[in-house]
Amino acid sequence: MAEFKHRDIIALRDLTKEDIELLISTAENMREINGRDIKKVPTLRGKTIINLFYEASTRTRTSFEIAAKRLSADTVNITPSSSSATKGETLADTALNLLAMKPDIIVMRHAVSGAHYHLAKKVTCSVINAGDGAHEHPSQGLLDMLTMKDRFGKLDGLKVAIVGDITHSRVARSDIQGLTKLGSHIYLAGPPTMMPPCVERLGNVTVCGNMKEAIQDADVVMMLRIQQERQGKTLMPNTREYSRYFGLNPENLKLAKPNAMVMHPGPINRGVEMSSYVVDGDQSHILKQVENGVAVRMAMLYHVCGGELAE
Amino acid sequence: MNLLIKGGRVIDPSQGLDDTLDVMLENGLIKEVGKGLKAPAGAEELDASGKYVVPGLIDMHVHLRDPGLEYKEDIVSGTRAAAAGGFTSVCCMPNTKPVIDNKSIASYIINKAKAEGVCNVFPVGSITYGLNGERMSEMGELKEAGCVAVSDDGKPVVNSELMRRSLQYAAGIGIMVISHAEELELVGEGTMNEGYTSTELGLKGIPRVAEDIATAREVMLAEYTKSPIHIAHVSTTGAVRIIREAKARGVQVTCETAPHYFTLTDDAVRGYNTNAKMNPPLREADDVAAIKAGLADGTIDAIATDHAPHHLDEKDVEFNVAMNGIIGLETSLPLSLKLVTEGVLTLNQLIEKMTCNPSNILGLQRGNLKVGSVADITVIDPSVEWLVEADKLISKSKNSPFLGWSVKGAAACTILAGKVVYKR
Repeated sequence: MAEFKHRDIIALRDLTKEDIELLISTAENMREINGRDIKKVPTLRGKTIINLFYEASTRTRTSFEIAAKRLSADTVNITPSSSSATKGETLADTALNLLAMKPDIIVMRHAVSGAHYHLAKKVTCSVINAGDGAHEHPSQGLLDMLTMKDRFGKLDGLKVAIVGDITHSRVARSDIQGLTKLGSHIYLAGPPTMMPPCVERLGNVTVCGNMKEAIQDADVVMMLRIQQERQGKTLMPNTREYSRYFGLNPENLKLAKPNAMVMHPGPINRGVEMSSYVVDGDQSHILKQVENGVAVRMAMLYHVCGGELAE
Repeated sequence: MNLLIKGGRVIDPSQGLDDTLDVMLENGLIKEVGKGLKAPAGAEELDASGKYVVPGLIDMHVHLRDPGLEYKEDIVSGTRAAAAGGFTSVCCMPNTKPVIDNKSIASYIINKAKAEGVCNVFPVGSITYGLNGERMSEMGELKEAGCVAVSDDGKPVVNSELMRRSLQYAAGIGIMVISHAEELELVGEGTMNEGYTSTELGLKGIPRVAEDIATAREVMLAEYTKSPIHIAHVSTTGAVRIIREAKARGVQVTCETAPHYFTLTDDAVRGYNTNAKMNPPLREADDVAAIKAGLADGTIDAIATDHAPHHLDEKDVEFNVAMNGIIGLETSLPLSLKLVTEGVLTLNQLIEKMTCNPSNILGLQRGNLKVGSVADITVIDPSVEWLVEADKLISKSKNSPFLGWSVKGAAACTILAGKVVYKR
């Protein structure tokens, strides 16, 4: 079996195709545990994992915690006030204090892009990125890829449409980095105000002039969350107009391949980026993504711990 | 102390001088420049063969952080770093605590520099009181106290009416206005240049047009008021073009750029390198080319460092949290000399941009080797190669993107009013 040589998992950009394939295949194996009656193995018994979440999160934090517990690791959740980055204790000091308690892994979510590289320089334990600013969200990228692989058996040659605010999306960046390495082609659509410059240079990326172009014959349609508060006053007139031009509904979904998957990293704003008919429709794999999230995170925790099985 | 500098390549663009000559200094002034000079009894001799002998370098844009932020830098450490970098004169920006918006702060700086510093310090007062962008500072008294310009450096004067009036008022007094040209709404919460690298790193970008628009406003206000203006730290293709066109139609605009803008691109930010974070931000390869073209055709008059010391605690943090700015005094000369080896500038053009041009823009009465002038002189060793290392830098702060770089050229000797203040 291939070897995973990274102490940290901060960005899919930093991983090779082989690394990503290994993580996905381990996740496939981990799923068996999640289907058992007694959903627990001793793999990471005696390991301590700190979930350090500077930004609010329900899904990701719970998923990492369940993943750790299924592998018998001990977990601690810390949610410092997000303002502590600018006042009071620095991230580095917080990290060093936590490190003094000998954790094996720090799983962190932070609002500042690249904060994990700063953290990783300060600590000797593993660092896993649970989302940093608008940079990357590698566990989400991996679970998206696993979910696509479940459906199509492979990622090579898939047409994946990602629609929404690409500029502010760490999910889009991880998907682009990972999917490119595994041979998919990504078609992006969104208002030009939400399309970051030179994004096509990130990978196998085509920027589309409108949503129809992006989802036409797509194998996967990935929708991103839109909020009036987040996108502010300058990026779009309002969510009503956004929804009209960039919302997914049963009608425009017909442009995609008949068996196309609909995905969303959550949380969903029903009626904005997606109509409820699509969210709850047959083609929706949104809850499957969440389910796969646990297995993917188990695989990540397992590999940064050296990938060895405990007695 | 009297000193004879022998056998160097003496370059003084202010009088078109470039020859192998000797320079005799007496009582702090330049006594004689010529061939085969003999040292009078008691005078020391300095062998400058293989070296350049130029007017003391002038950095018209530094932050000395004194008063108020001495943990980053102070007048002693800052002027020592300047002397080590070959500078005999620096102009310090007013964003100190308190702000240089009144004559007592200006006097404090001048007096402390005279008593404890090792180079000339010319303070720049603020355009607006407290840098608040609301009311003009007492520019008349600031000038009387010794300020050579006014600037709200670090931020623009947002109110166009106030900027217009400041240009008019300053012109009446005869003090230069230096603009930090940036459209703040476009900067927003940006932390690096907006482009491919910001897309990849997921960092909020600062578009080049933020600088272009502000530069265009400044040029138009200077044109309308028929007043001079100096644009600080030009970094974009657009700003260079706007200034070039303005100069061509006779607008009284001058400008400077900094070594990092012709040496680095925003690639230096990769790895979330906070020592590559400054404002304006590092741009892209086409901007670097435009800056070089602007230097070559005379659009850009001066090279200044924007020396901005910050404590390790302010830089060894997450990228968004890190302060803007890098130190530059001790690396400016070798980075600028590279423009000559690359063929961008002649040596004379380069020296001009580091001596007589800044002197002329601000009326400093320095930057030349004329007989009778104050003997501020830099002897440059163009061939010495050295490694930029944090613990060897004299500045209190070490926030440089050039740490670990191997560079060529350095000040061999820095002479202030006839006195050697630095020797390598």
